[in-house]
Amino acid sequence: MNRFLIPLGIFIALVVFLAIGLTRDPKIVPSPLVDKPVPAFTLPQLHVPEKNFGPADMQGKVWLLNVWASWCVSCRAEHEVVTALVNDHGAEIVGLNYKDHRADAMEWLKHFGDPYALSVSDLDGRVGIDWGVYGVPETFVIDQAGIIRYKHIGPMTAESITEKVLPLLNELKAADA
Amino acid sequence: MKRVLLALFVMFAATAHAGTVEVYKFETPAQEARYKAMIAELRCLVCQNQNLADSNAELAQDLRQQTYEMIKRGATDQEIADFMVTRYGDFVLYRPPFKATTAFLWAGPFIILIAGLVVLLNMVRRRGRQVVAPLSDEAHTRARNLLEDPPEQNNQ
Repeated sequence: MNRFLIPLGIFIALVVFLAIGLTRDPKIVPSPLVDKPVPAFTLPQLHVPEKNFGPADMQGKVWLLNVWASWCVSCRAEHEVVTALVNDHGAEIVGLNYKDHRADAMEWLKHFGDPYALSVSDLDGRVGIDWGVYGVPETFVIDQAGIIRYKHIGPMTAESITEKVLPLLNELKAADA
Repeated sequence: MKRVLLALFVMFAATAHAGTVEVYKFETPAQEARYKAMIAELRCLVCQNQNLADSNAELAQDLRQQTYEMIKRGATDQEIADFMVTRYGDFVLYRPPFKATTAFLWAGPFIILIAGLVVLLNMVRRRGRQVVAPLSDEAHTRARNLLEDPPEQNNQ
């Protein structure tokens, strides 16, 4: 009996490991930046290029940084969710326009609507590298102290905001009061 | 024939073009060797089973550029690796450092190998201890008959 129990145990352990593996998306690589201060940058604003913006300008606020581009197809799918976050839940979202052309980006916002408090232009993707961006769209949730609390890789969906983003935003804002 | 040749020519021209990567100029061959070694050791996060050297993804191009600039600036290999790891995590390294989260990755194959050897040794030892009962005379005769007799006479 014992000689069957051991291989059976090994087999079950293997199945459990593989089953856990199946539920995970290998495309989603956990970011080492979570729970770290935001990487600093100074970038020109998309609509007013003479004016710069940096994360320090948002100090003391709970805000989101959403990485988007006009060439990014899944950003289009996500746009509705981003808009709802702002309009229905009062989130403050800064857009990081990643490796885009300014004219294309402005056209895109005109066409699909502009929910962003402002967008900044990361034309050569340098700031993207500093933020560990590897798949657009990506979204970072940043707290009052300028610490990244959460990173969402890929397009946010209605479920992902109700499950993760909104509870976190409420929790962070509650800490303020 | 001419058409076939032309088609082939166009095909090869196309592949040659697809294979083009940026040309970076280094001051010393040592720098160039370090650059090549670095981009072979770093993973592209967009196409996860390719390194930066093989990948054509835009991010890979940007990170090659980054690596090139850092080498030009005189950064050490460790500094470049740290730069990538603080942004993208250990996953960018094809050889991640040994720590709690990667311990099983590094030690796993050796644990399995040792476990296999232990099982094998046990089996060999147990088999060695088994006493095989000697054959009786009757069995010996029967075996000899079976071996020596032509098959057709053996069908009793």
